[in-house]
Amino acid sequence: MNMLKRFKVSFSKMFNKLFKRKGACIGIYGPPNAGKTTLSNRILKDWVGTEETMGSVSHIAHETRHAKRKNEITIEANGYTISLDIVDTPGIATKIDFHDFMEQGMSDSESKKRSKEATEGVIEAVKWLDDLDGVILVMDSTANPYTQVNVTVIGNMEARNLPLLIVANKVDLPDADPAIIKEAFPQHPMVPVSALEGVGMDSFYEALAKQFG
Amino acid sequence: MKGIQLDLISEARISQMASMEKVRYIIDEVRKGKILVLEKGLNPMEEAKLIEMTMSAIQPDVFSGIEMQSYPAYSDNSLLGKFFKKQSSRRLTVIGPANQLKTLQKDSNLISALVSISK
Repeated sequence: MNMLKRFKVSFSKMFNKLFKRKGACIGIYGPPNAGKTTLSNRILKDWVGTEETMGSVSHIAHETRHAKRKNEITIEANGYTISLDIVDTPGIATKIDFHDFMEQGMSDSESKKRSKEATEGVIEAVKWLDDLDGVILVMDSTANPYTQVNVTVIGNMEARNLPLLIVANKVDLPDADPAIIKEAFPQHPMVPVSALEGVGMDSFYEALAKQFG
Repeated sequence: MKGIQLDLISEARISQMASMEKVRYIIDEVRKGKILVLEKGLNPMEEAKLIEMTMSAIQPDVFSGIEMQSYPAYSDNSLLGKFFKKQSSRRLTVIGPANQLKTLQKDSNLISALVSISK
């Protein structure tokens, strides 16, 4: 890239930062079945107000196999109005075995197809990390938070010095223990929610405005 | 004697490699069925690259991916640490074939895993 082009890019970035012309692009990350798409759909329902959803949800892992982006979602909280682009990403995993889908009742060919698409989805989610301004990391508060996906996503955000908000999801379930998540990653803000039931969403939006506004 | 090869890899050995070399080395060794214990693990970007390349290597009935566990990095929450944004240090990491290594328990200072001889 020549000097003039580099200068233009740097100046444009600085201008956007100073005048906040462009809403921050925030990725919703987490392991499969943590409730990322449920949270994305809840955000759309609360702030876009249409019947539009980010994607379908399922108890079978890797339902979201392509990242989906919704631009310029305007959120009002804490007396501030912020505009965010939200990217719902496929769940990140280190292993994908088509037999797991067969155990859920899928046929051999369906399972292999889903498995292949899921691996592509994970790659897509990892690549998105390079283009984000911040991350909402969704964890299942009924599960152990010390998963490799959580450790890797948090490590990537810390290394890039980008803001991160942890969402302890599924607090409506009897086994939920969001305090364990806070104990595991005390250096980052955490909000307990049930995206499905809409519990804790006001606190979530306040934290969102504070972190990414 | 039948069993699973366990390689304990020192920081000195892994730090001689470039990021891509490390990731390639890990995937190749794990696909041979080895379990690797890295004295100092990968940095977060390398971990992400390893996940990405693992996904590319998955083949039904041949390779279903890796089991990887590392401790959360230490973070310096002191005022000085926050001011200087000190980079978190890498910590021990265990990586093996997903069909032979299963994490039983993990917290900030313990990784307990089960190694299976049968695939």
